Amino acid sequence: MSTMKNAEVLTWPEKGESRIPYQVYMDPDIYEGEMKNIFRGSTWNYLGLEVEIPNPGDYKTTYIGDTPVVVTRDAKGEIRSFVNRCAHRGATVCMDPCGNTKTFTCVYHAWVYDAQGDLKGVPFKKGVNGQGGMPEGFDQSKLSLQKIKVETYSGIIFGSFDHGMEPLQEYLGEKMCGYLNRIFNKPVKVLGYQRQLMNNNWKLYFENVKDSYHASLLHLFFSTFGVNRLSQKGGIDLDETGRHHVSYTYGSLNEDLEAYKESDLRSYSSKYTLEDPSLLVGRNEFPDGITLAIQSLFPGMVVQQIHNALAVRHLVPKGVDSCELIWTYLGFEEDDEEITKIRLKQSNLVGPAGFVSLEDGGIGELVQKGIVGAPQVESFVEMGGTGVESQSFRVTETSIRGFWKEYRQLMGY
Amino acid sequence: MELKQINDLREIQFKIEELTHAYVQCIDDNRLEEWPEFFTGDCLYQIISRENHERDFPASIIYCDSKGMLKDRVTAHRQANIFEAHVYRHIVSSIRIAGYENDTYTVHSNYAVFQTRVNGYSEVYNVGQYIDKIIFIEDEPKFKEKKVVYDTLVIPTLLVTPI
Repeated sequence: MSTMKNAEVLTWPEKGESRIPYQVYMDPDIYEGEMKNIFRGSTWNYLGLEVEIPNPGDYKTTYIGDTPVVVTRDAKGEIRSFVNRCAHRGATVCMDPCGNTKTFTCVYHAWVYDAQGDLKGVPFKKGVNGQGGMPEGFDQSKLSLQKIKVETYSGIIFGSFDHGMEPLQEYLGEKMCGYLNRIFNKPVKVLGYQRQLMNNNWKLYFENVKDSYHASLLHLFFSTFGVNRLSQKGGIDLDETGRHHVSYTYGSLNEDLEAYKESDLRSYSSKYTLEDPSLLVGRNEFPDGITLAIQSLFPGMVVQQIHNALAVRHLVPKGVDSCELIWTYLGFEEDDEEITKIRLKQSNLVGPAGFVSLEDGGIGELVQKGIVGAPQVESFVEMGGTGVESQSFRVTETSIRGFWKEYRQLMGY
Repeated sequence: MELKQINDLREIQFKIEELTHAYVQCIDDNRLEEWPEFFTGDCLYQIISRENHERDFPASIIYCDSKGMLKDRVTAHRQANIFEAHVYRHIVSSIRIAGYENDTYTVHSNYAVFQTRVNGYSEVYNVGQYIDKIIFIEDEPKFKEKKVVYDTLVIPTLLVTPI
């Protein structure tokens, strides 16, 4: 899609990133443009973790945008990825979500591919009894599965449809790599997955992740139970382009619990008390003192540290008004039983049923319902100014504006 | 088996089935404040996906290891969390005692939860299996453990009301 054509679809408001026309959340043409120009364009997308496919032959299926892809580890131990779509008639070649195999066989006509996505076999290629078969000049080597460029950083696998894509580390930037290293500094292990479907455009969820303004206003769990947050120091860190962000809060670990036990502090700040505050017990495992860090990597990945609850969230668009969120809960290989229990109990705070996150599943739906019939109306995003920059406070929408800056560039608006 | 034994077993079965039905009706009737009372003090209530359960992953969407944590869930539901109003309708079937050890009955049953939101549409919200550990305290059955293993891997929007 050319820039000229895009301009016909949508003219961006003059005020720039601080105004978002609601059309972008409801127009099927814009959605198709996003799949092509963002997810299948020049971006690095989350594919999974190396620890999910540790052995040769291991694979998992996932998505880049709404395109089904397979991530494999080939016989030599190299990580490969290809579109999950047979070169013959388009059926998926891999049905299971994960497993171990030497080859992928399309069930339709049994075309066989290896772990690199190269076509290795076509049944009845030469026909039967001299009849039928592929024509003269049939070149099997030209019919491999569509390959995805793969790079890893800190054990995280990223993929891109753009084979001329800038190196992953440059795309992430030094600052974002630093934040990833905070968590992925030693071998991780998967504690499980959660999946959540939201009836709203994918961007509404991603904006919400970047929206540090709403945190204490929409999520009332901590304030309702009078969990004192003595240190509220924190801020927003953007990479140079503004497309990625980290929202971070400092606090000494267990301050919640200690403050909680001092009932005097609690009594005048809230009507309700936790019957069992063991939920707030944590362990200090990050020397920088950050107890809450939410990192978003354009276009659809989130890394979360909420005390000791660690997770990667992968946002999967499912049409113009639907998206799926896949949570991968993490611990470390070296975890003892106690810290695993701590992570499990703290996971009550996050996820589709999380005390401080369940509202996020519903808020995008409220917007999607509210904007019906108003594609020409714009949102007003001026908290913390109209620019895109790192800020040492969190009552700001700077990282939302950063998202739209990158979005407009890739979409040609 | 003697007649008395059979009658005793029938009574236990009856009480366990009654507990299961009363439990889901308590939730469907929105009497959440009574919900923790179906459990023992040191209970475990866990909602875990079938995917995680079968692959031995511990991560759960709700993990409460005391009655106090259940009460906190209810207080948060009523006072803190913000969500669109909805009601549940549970259908429970195939309640079966699968084992008995150390005065604890292991009971399996199937459930389906229909959710109706303010727009009036009902949807199949969540289906799965209860894997319960039930003990009798003064002749009354209580859940020592209730593991909700759900097949519906993708949670629609959010989960705030217990299953």
